[in-house]
Parts: sequence; structure tokens; C-alpha cells
Amino acid sequence: MLYSGGKDSSVLLHLARKAFYPARPPFPFLHIATGWDFRELLEHRDRIASAHRLDLLVHANDDATRAGINPFTTETGEYSRLMLTETLRQALDRYGFDVAIGGGRRDEEKSRAKERIFSRRAPGHVWNPRDQQPELWRTFNLRLAPGETMRAFPLSNWTEADIWAYIQAETIPIVPLYFASERRVLQRGASWIAVDDHRLRLGADDRVETRRVRFRTLGCWPLTGAHDSSAADVAAIIAEIGTARLSERQGRLVDGARHASMERKKREGYF
Amino acid sequence: MDSLLDQRSALRFLACGSVDDGKSTLIGRLIADSTGLLDDQRANLEEDSRRFGTVAGGVDFALLLDGLEAEREQGITIDVAHRFFSTPRRAFAVADAPGHQQFTRNMATGASNADLAVLLVDIRNGLVEQARRHAAIAALLGIRHVVVAVNKIDLVDFSERRFRCIERAFDAFARPLAFRSVTVIPVSARNGDNVVQRSVRTPWYDGPSLLHCLETIDVRATVDNAPLRFPVQWVNRPDASFRGFAGTVMSGSVSVGAPVAVAGSGRITRVERIVSFDGDLADAAAGRAVTLTLTDEIDIVRGDLLIDPRLRPTVTRQFAADLVWLGDTPAQPRQSFLLKIGTTTVPATLTRIVDRLELEALSRTAGDALDLNAIGRVWIETAVPVAFDPYAENRATGGFILIDRATLRTAAAGLAVENLAAATNVHPQTGQVTPARRAAMKGQRPLVLWLTGLPGAGKSTIADLVERKLVEHGRQTMLLDGDNLRQGINSDLGFDNASRAENVRRVGEIARLMTEAGLIAIVALVSPFRADRLRAASLLPDGSFVEIFVDTPMEVCRQRDTKGLHALADKGRLSNLTGRGQPYEPPEQPALVLRTTELSAEQAADRVVALVQGRV
Repeated sequence: MLYSGGKDSSVLLHLARKAFYPARPPFPFLHIATGWDFRELLEHRDRIASAHRLDLLVHANDDATRAGINPFTTETGEYSRLMLTETLRQALDRYGFDVAIGGGRRDEEKSRAKERIFSRRAPGHVWNPRDQQPELWRTFNLRLAPGETMRAFPLSNWTEADIWAYIQAETIPIVPLYFASERRVLQRGASWIAVDDHRLRLGADDRVETRRVRFRTLGCWPLTGAHDSSAADVAAIIAEIGTARLSERQGRLVDGARHASMERKKREGYF
Repeated sequence: MDSLLDQRSALRFLACGSVDDGKSTLIGRLIADSTGLLDDQRANLEEDSRRFGTVAGGVDFALLLDGLEAEREQGITIDVAHRFFSTPRRAFAVADAPGHQQFTRNMATGASNADLAVLLVDIRNGLVEQARRHAAIAALLGIRHVVVAVNKIDLVDFSERRFRCIERAFDAFARPLAFRSVTVIPVSARNGDNVVQRSVRTPWYDGPSLLHCLETIDVRATVDNAPLRFPVQWVNRPDASFRGFAGTVMSGSVSVGAPVAVAGSGRITRVERIVSFDGDLADAAAGRAVTLTLTDEIDIVRGDLLIDPRLRPTVTRQFAADLVWLGDTPAQPRQSFLLKIGTTTVPATLTRIVDRLELEALSRTAGDALDLNAIGRVWIETAVPVAFDPYAENRATGGFILIDRATLRTAAAGLAVENLAAATNVHPQTGQVTPARRAAMKGQRPLVLWLTGLPGAGKSTIADLVERKLVEHGRQTMLLDGDNLRQGINSDLGFDNASRAENVRRVGEIARLMTEAGLIAIVALVSPFRADRLRAASLLPDGSFVEIFVDTPMEVCRQRDTKGLHALADKGRLSNLTGRGQPYEPPEQPALVLRTTELSAEQAADRVVALVQGRV
């Protein structure tokens, strides 16, 4: 099961713990780290993993990091391909996992709307949107040919609103980055980028300010925009997204890179 | 906030219709007008409309939905897309199914999890074949509520006459589909008439807008009334002290202390605990995922079905089902698959393709193959017994899939219809006129004269002479010749062992009916296997089955070769001829042996007639 410490991961982990209770989830948890994860997120991840005694694996693309790939100067699409897509493929191959369970939802993006709950990947982790199995009732075809792997998305039919409603109903602990707080940020286009560590390269005109902001989704910190907010608890977040004028992934700089870019990433093996 | 997690108010519906009827536009418009587009979504939509749009100078709402690059370029939807939106009254999940004929499988997929169908019809084209097919598939898959959105009403000047015409046509077509509710609404997806608000341009229409209809319709299904069905998904054994059965209650409910049975073995036990992460429960209703512990240690594995012992499902190896064929290669009789029903997967064979459903006419026609997107009735035999309810009674336990054993792709969606084995629910009817009375009227004792022997032994020739002689004696007879029956009632059977057995079974049944009619039935049939002949004899009262062995050596049959079969076998073009490629088991205690190397056909027939005259 993919686990990053983000809100969808947190819901997924919670569901797994409930589903297998009183046993513990009988599989390891995998975090695809880029080296540019929010520090708070990593702390939260480790805290939860130790509290629930999870078998946590962390995998990063060290070759790419050594080659100087970074979120500032590498083209965004290429950065995402190397640090996320490629790293995930490496990890699945290294551990020989045949099924990876992730928190993807159909309401996130248009090409995800056609994703199956159980999504078959050809050898090489390639997603062919034309070779997906029909899913009738709750009767899923889980057979895999040699070399094929499966991605499973139990949260397919959840919306962002459902995620928050569930977090509230089940009082699931969430990394504080989702809550509004005074943070040191820098303006990039229409959104605020957090200054999470010294690696942020400041331009001559860049001015770091302190603003009350929160994050709606969490990717690599240099590529994740925050927005002005005063929502300091789950109830306030639910009220805020109920009146939001922007959709969830709008803060992800990776998505806007190219038209239909999510579909392209998925074909290459992105989650 | 309204959420899909709130099962009481959520509505899952399927949107379907022909290509270009404007389905994506309608759903896009419904979402945009009922919930309001978010700023970045509207900005993207406006940019997409300029790049790909089909609406000159305007916003193309279809682009909100058509997600994959290929379909943007072609301007069509090629796969089921799932959309979610909510209004203050209700949360909605939309399965958007494509209109292409070759994509019926996506339509069936969307329908399998929907409670209602919104069927798009272009008012200019009327109720085209596609729309009728979609309505029929929706009904077949168990959707009981349909909303017909008659689109592009603006293009016919909001004509009431044109609208009523389609309304009447749909009503007439859909009557046999037994929908619980049908709502027909005139709309313009492009302009928004009657989509969210009632339109002032259709003053003659007094029904609800589409959104109002979707927000208020009650689709609560009958699963609440169905008996307990709990497919075991996983055996939970964290340590030696705990053994629980995890799964989701598919229908009915389960409570602590209640008796439950294992469908396959029939074993009954009681629910000890209903375990959940949040503490033990007293009961759990349909839709709830729980772990059950039971009072007795009985053998239960993943794939077993726990049930209400008072209302048991069918458990059988042979059953009839309707299939929606999803595979690229057509279905063939005797093809082998993996069948997945509930949480169990078993090997299965298509023993017969009975017919094909013609969706436009809602009629069934005989057929022996099903190709992509065809729907038809089949017979299935599984390697081990499976438990099911008829799909029409319980979607959760009546639906199954067939998996191709070579490609491992899903070949068909199946809807269980009825048990074929042992006809357990059929009770014999006895009439006032008995077989004995019928026989008495004919003044004879009914018999079956069963002539068995190798192909070319002379069975048909002798049988024919026997009948002629009996008729001359005033007997009432019926000749059942194997070759002739294979051209009629047995025309679907081949020459493998299973088909030969079925051939003999059917002829035995027919012969029995003939004797019940008071006739002397003369059967000329190779019937190579002792067990099959024994079964035919067992259908009749003692002494009524007269087994006659037409004993002709193989070499003689080969020389005579009246039907040219041995010549074909000599050339290697016939591999399954009895006595050559296939075994023949001679009778152990026949009533009569006719050695045709010693007797002429006339003499042999006379021996049979003498035997009969002594018995009738």
C-alpha cells in the first residue's frame, strides 16, 4: 500500500486497519520519497508508522538526485517523470510487488475519471487505457498474466468532500500542513510557495513574507502552492472547500505542465 | 455538506444514449448549472472550447467530461467515466456510458452499479436502435427507473407534437421491460432548457426539470428485504485464539445469535460475534463490512457464501444464465472459462448457447454463437457447485463474470437465471388419463425395442422391417432412428462422449413418452455405452425395456459400409466412429441377440416380432 502521510493516504491506511481488524494489514507500506517532501509530512509519516507498527519502506531515486535533477531547474514534467513515476516503477520492481494499492480518486482529474478500481498494467508498468477490464457489480477480475501488475484504487469513488467528511467522522490524525498557520512563503504566479528549507533559490526580486496559509494537497514542497486561509480545523476546511472557487489539484504545478498531462503520466506508470 | 458516504440520499445513475445525442453536453451542463463550475475549471473549459470545441464561439460543456486525449481529438466518448457532484438535496455519482454500438460492454458496466438510467434521445432522430438497445440493457441489468431526456428540443422549435410522439413510442417499447418508473422530459442540453430549471419555452410541459427529478426520485431497492447473503472475502486469523470471516453483507442483515448456513455444505451454525474496529456490533445491515465469528468450528474458506438457512440460494453445477458477451472472440459451445461469482472463482464450461436476445425487438432467436456485445441465454456447467440467486431477484448474488483462461481478460458478464440440474423446483403433474388407460385403448402393452450395435450393423434396416410387420399385425408403433433424430431434436449434439451420452438420454426420454402414449417404440441407435442404455431402461416400468443386440462383427460392418462412414474413416477424415476411434460396449444380458452373419434382415425382424407377440 502506497503511503505518503497525506490526507488520502491517511484515509487509506485507516480503512486498511479497519478492514483487517483484529489482524493488522498484511502488507508493507511504501513511500515514494523525492527528497523534496515537506519536513512536517515526513515527521507525521514516521510518527504514524511507528504508532501502528507499520512495515514502512521508503524508496527514492538516488541516481536522479545525484544527476542534479531538482524541482527548480529541471522541466516540471521531466522532474515528475524521474522522481515519482520512475521511482515508483523502480520500487515495485525491486520488491517484486504484483499489486500496489493507492489513494487515487476519480474526481481529481478528467483522465482519472475513467480509471478502473483495479487497473491492470502491462509489463513495464504501462497503462493502456484501451485495454482495461470492465468492472461489473463488485465482481472484479483480479487475474494477472506473467509480468503484469495491478494498481488498486479503493478510494476511486470518493470525492475530496468525502475524504474530509470521513477524516472528521473518524477523527483521523492529519499532518498540520493542511491547517492554516503562519508560514514563511514566497509568491510564485498565483500561489504561495513555502520556504521549507535553505535549498530554495531566491531570485533578486523574491521577497519572503509570513502569511496565514494552508495546503489543499501535498506534493514536493517547491511545486505545491498554498493559499490564504484561516481554516484551522477539519470543520473549517470542510466549510472552506464547500465555497471554494478553485478545484483541488489547482495548487499542483506538476499537473498544469501540458495538456492531458495526467493521462500521459499515467501511461508511463505514474500512480 | 452532502456526501456520497451518506448512503441514504446518494443517487447512482447511468447516462446513456446514441452518439451525438448530446449526452456529455447534458451531463456537463447538469454539473455546471447545479453546482457551479470552479474558477480554474471554467478557465480550462473555456480554453478547451476554443481548442477542441464544437460550439462556434460558445462553451462546449461536453469537454468537461471527455477526458482522454484520443476522444478529445475524435470528439467522442470511448469509455465509462465516473463523475460526482452534489446539490444541497442529494449527492450524485454519474456513470457516463458511450453511445457506440461496439461499446455495449461499457453500458453494461455502468448499469451494473446504477439505480437509475438517464437515456438521451435526439428529438430529430426519434427512438433509434441504439436508444432501444440501451433501455433494454438497463432493464436486463436490473435498473428499475428510467428518465428519458428528449434532447435538442430547441432545434424543432419546442414542438410538443414531436415530443409527445417520442413519449408514446418509448412507452410502447418499454412496457415489457417493466420499469418501475419512466419520466420523459424535453430538454436542450446546449441551452439548459428543463435541465436545472423548468423552461418557459416549453409551457405545454408540466413535469419536473431533470435535476428536480433526480433530486426527488425514490429508488430504494428491495435488497433490504432480500435474505442474508454474506460472501466470505477473507479468513481473519491473527492468532490461534481468533478465527473470523471478513466480508460485506451483500443483502439482508446479520445479527448476533442468529442461525447462518454455509450455502455449499448446508452446515448450520450461529453468529457468535460481529467484530468491527469500533467494537462489537449487535447486527449489521446490507452494505456493512464486518468480521463474523461463529459458534461452531466448521470448514469455511474464502469464496463460501453465508446465508439465511430459511431462505437458501440455488446451489448447483448446472444452470442457465444470460450473458453479455464482452470478449473480442465469439463464445463457442463447450468452451472453458473461469467463472467468478461473489468471492469464489471456479472452472466452468459453456455447455450450450441457447438463443440470442434481439434488443430492438425484445425477442429471442435461436443461435449457437455469441459475438462481441451480443446478449444471449446459455447453459453453464461448473467444476464444483456454486451458489447463486436469480439475478432478477438479487443483483448482488446473481451477477458473475467469465474470465478467458488464455488471455485472463473478462469475456462475459453473466446474469444467473435458473438451476438446470435435477429440476428441483419442478413437481410432477399427474393427469386423469393414465398411461395404462392409453395402452388399454390401443389393446397392447407398450414396449421399447432398443436395437443397439456398431454403425453399419443393420439396426435401421431391421427396425424398419420390424415396424412394418408389427403394423401388419395391427400394432401401433413409432420408429425412433438415431440418424433421423440427429437431424432434428439432437441436431445440436456432436460425437464426443458427453454428446453421445446426452443423445442417448434424450432418445430414452422420448421412448418413455411414446410408451406413456401407449405405443411400441422401436429404437435404432448405436448407443455405445452400457451406462447410458441402463439409464434409458431405468426410466421405464420393469419388463418394458427390451434390449436387442444387433451383433455384426467390425469387419463385416466395414465391408457393408452402407453409409460410407468406414470409407471416410479409412481416409482419416472421420476419427470418432464407434468401433474404430471410439469404444463400443456390447450388452451383457440382452433379451435377444441377432447375429446378422447368420440371419437375413427378414429373419432377424421375424425373431423380434415373435418376441414382441409373446409379450404384448
